[in-house]
Amino acid sequence: MKTIAKSFKKVSFNSVFAMAVIGSIAVSCSDDDDPVAVDEEEVITTMTVTLTGSGNTITLQSQDLDGDGPNAPTITVSDDLLANTTYSGSIELLNETETPAEDITAEVAEEDDEHQFFFAPSGAITSVDYSDQDGDGNPLGLSFSLVTGDAGNGSILITLRHEPKKPNDGSLADAGGETDIAQSFNVVVQ
Amino acid sequence: MKSSILLLFACFVGNSILAQECKSILLGEIVDFHDNTPLSGATVSITGTSLEAVSTEAGKFNFTGLCDGVIELEVSHPDCKSQFVIITMKGDTYEKIRLEHHLEELEEVKVIGDKANNTKSAQEERLSQIDLQKYSGNSLGDALKSLSGVSSLNTGANIVKPVIQGLNGSRVLILNNGVRMQDMEWGEEHAPNVDINSNQDISVVKGAAALEYGGDAIGGVIIMNPLPIVRTDSLFGKTQINLFSNGRGGNITSSLTKSYASGLYIKGQGSFKKLGDLESPNYLLSNTGIEEKGITFAIGKRDFLQGWEGYYSFFDSDIGILRASHIGNVDDLIQAINSQEPNVINDFTYDIIRPNQEVAHHLGKLSYYRRFEGLGKWNIQYDYQNNRRFEYDVRVGDDANKASLDLKLATHSLSTNFRLDSKKGLDLKIGLLGRYQNNFANPDTGVRRLIPDYDRYDFGIFTVAEFRLSDAVILDGGLRYDFSRMDAKKFYRTSRWEERGYDVDFGGIVIDDLGTQLLTNPVFDYHNISATGGFKYDFGTENSLRMNYSFAQRAPNPSELFSDGLHHSAARIELGDLRIKSESSSKLAVSLEKNESSWGYTIAPYVNAINDFIILEPTEVEFTIRGAFPVWSYRQTDALLIGIDASIYKNWTSNISSDHKFSWVRGEDKTTETPLINIPAANISNSVAYTNINWHNLAIGLESQFVFEQQRFPPNIFVFSPQQQQEVELDINTPPNAYHLLALDAEVSFSIQNANDFKIGVRATNLLNTSYRDYLNRQRYFVDDLGRNISLRLIFNY
Repeated sequence: MKTIAKSFKKVSFNSVFAMAVIGSIAVSCSDDDDPVAVDEEEVITTMTVTLTGSGNTITLQSQDLDGDGPNAPTITVSDDLLANTTYSGSIELLNETETPAEDITAEVAEEDDEHQFFFAPSGAITSVDYSDQDGDGNPLGLSFSLVTGDAGNGSILITLRHEPKKPNDGSLADAGGETDIAQSFNVVVQ
Repeated sequence: MKSSILLLFACFVGNSILAQECKSILLGEIVDFHDNTPLSGATVSITGTSLEAVSTEAGKFNFTGLCDGVIELEVSHPDCKSQFVIITMKGDTYEKIRLEHHLEELEEVKVIGDKANNTKSAQEERLSQIDLQKYSGNSLGDALKSLSGVSSLNTGANIVKPVIQGLNGSRVLILNNGVRMQDMEWGEEHAPNVDINSNQDISVVKGAAALEYGGDAIGGVIIMNPLPIVRTDSLFGKTQINLFSNGRGGNITSSLTKSYASGLYIKGQGSFKKLGDLESPNYLLSNTGIEEKGITFAIGKRDFLQGWEGYYSFFDSDIGILRASHIGNVDDLIQAINSQEPNVINDFTYDIIRPNQEVAHHLGKLSYYRRFEGLGKWNIQYDYQNNRRFEYDVRVGDDANKASLDLKLATHSLSTNFRLDSKKGLDLKIGLLGRYQNNFANPDTGVRRLIPDYDRYDFGIFTVAEFRLSDAVILDGGLRYDFSRMDAKKFYRTSRWEERGYDVDFGGIVIDDLGTQLLTNPVFDYHNISATGGFKYDFGTENSLRMNYSFAQRAPNPSELFSDGLHHSAARIELGDLRIKSESSSKLAVSLEKNESSWGYTIAPYVNAINDFIILEPTEVEFTIRGAFPVWSYRQTDALLIGIDASIYKNWTSNISSDHKFSWVRGEDKTTETPLINIPAANISNSVAYTNINWHNLAIGLESQFVFEQQRFPPNIFVFSPQQQQEVELDINTPPNAYHLLALDAEVSFSIQNANDFKIGVRATNLLNTSYRDYLNRQRYFVDDLGRNISLRLIFNY
């Protein structure tokens, strides 16, 4: 009874109404504490593509710190690529909404049979080939090699699919599954 | 101890009645509700006494030596539903009692005009027992669709939200045995958490006229009640088994009622349903299984002077969401729309995998009524509901088995009303409601809350009245005021807070700044008024004209205010708006009806003008690292809905009857002068039935349903596709083509112990295995609708 009397003061609402909700007041009190914030799990905020070739290291990065918030991802390309060069590439995925940032790369590597990166080069980027495989011998794409052609503009669309059909013919349409990342980078080759 | 005091009191009141000079005569006449023919052999008893009479050939009965005052008659007839009738004795009194046929016995004569009577002047329809049995293995929404003007908003075949004259969700109230359902009706993919088999008397009021149930029923009210229990010593029950070819499963539902002459009754009911993956005509719909469990238990006592009931119901469902509808981004959506087949088809299974929803709903109620002599009847009711919803997405790693959404909605309501019915011809009711609701969004999901934690307080006061002006004219009306307070604690992403401009308009409600997130405490009060008035005029042979005007206001629901996040199931970002205020509807509805035993019709046009109509529609596109997503935003506009529901039936011979229905509604956004989204397409249904009572009550029916293509829809939006590197039209509003479906139904009954106590029925829906998609099915982008289903039903009455 004491708790009910107490809660009346707390709710401080008109008394007719309080009568009507008498049964519920105990519940309303127990939830008076502020809710705790949720840090998104398994969200990929940042994809960093590192290209190494001819002694140079170039990074392509897409960073979307507010996830499905209104801000579009920030895309940075550290430098121009060299013409007619083969780069070895690797991809790192992070969830930077958590501190310290959570490394999602490891999760993808662990569940490699459920993931695959797809690369769609165009313009001055001539080809991309997988350098790694999942446990079943199908391509994964956390590491790859990239070949540039003559100088000019180029772009590369990198897509990460979750639960694609494996093996597939290398096209997104055939692979199906769900898109975890879809980001294109525009680069200059010189 | 308490009950013996009450008993003592009852005796005292009873004696005081007897002590009066009791010389009055009650002369009664019992006629068929539908065609006014006299009903003989009906037993009439005065409750609380041993007085009993049987009606003569002419339907007449009488009691002599009665006291003046209010008495209650229980009228029962072998072919009819028992009915309780309140009569005010004032000297010698004459009373005409219209008895409704027992619905199960209606098979020989087709009666559509079996109107429910929660209001007199508004448009209202009741589901027949026959239809309820046909849909016993489906959902409430499927069954209600057999009424004209009622359609449904589906997410697949198992999540079916009723749509009344174009409106759904929070605009449609559901009363489950007198308790207003509080089960997160705000979500498009949230179906009502009720077992269709738990209540046998289901009617739909189209519009807000039934004010006593709530002032915000801009769409309408679905009223589900158990059939009244007769006051005799009896034990009876019913079991129905349905088996389905599509889904390779079925359900069983069983009920048992024990009643006593004292008015005491105990009733239990249980249902279980299990279906595996459903099938479209050309492919399996992977992960569309369902498992449902329902239990209800009631104990109560019904006496003339007073009565009480304790009621508990539990409903639990685990529903698979089509695997192919879980997609990543706008490119996946474009790919799904363009592809003819779903991108995931697995082998048939009964297992339900991710994505899926698990919802459990508990409902408990205690009610009590007491009659005050010469005044009326007082009711009081307390009810508690607990709705727990888990939604599971396809997730990876440690989170694979964690729900993405975990909400607990608890609601307490206390309501009371007093019905003043001692004055003949006038029935006045006044009532009060208090409600407290708490929503808790579990943060352990690791996904930002779509709906925040909140407390909601409601207070309502109403009065409704019904006045019989003459034998032919009844007036009714009502007035209601509702107060709602929404007190939420919600986290916003700082970027979203600023993008919405809330930092300017709602800066004062921020209570904590966590850097990238803000904790806010929005507290909103809503004051809503609703009112209704109308008449019913009977003329000629079984003709009536009804006209009703209702004004209703509805406070925004949590989804409309607070939605803020990504829905994977639809690859869309949904955004509520804190600025949303109540919407107000003004609806004028007219219906002209004829209900003769040989034929009848209903023509029911309506116009509903809704100011500040809250609408959810695709507005723009936002980019994330996962690609582009269409944004669906809530906004308010002025809307106008105009429509008509029409039906006609004819009993051609004593064996052959036909039934025809048409509904059409047009929705317009007055501000933008564009069509409203998700307005049901016009549809026509025709059925013809052959019945022969000499052949085991054989009933064969062929039903045809034609659904037109919706020609009026809002424009599609254009989005940038990262995959195609160009702007493309996102074809999300274009409705699918018209379609035509046939269904065949046959039933026979046998007498094992009692007359017609065992029935066998066979039903085939989508008989021609037609491939089609429906505009109001959210999964129409991904897959065809259900293919042929052949079902068998077995009904035992004992």
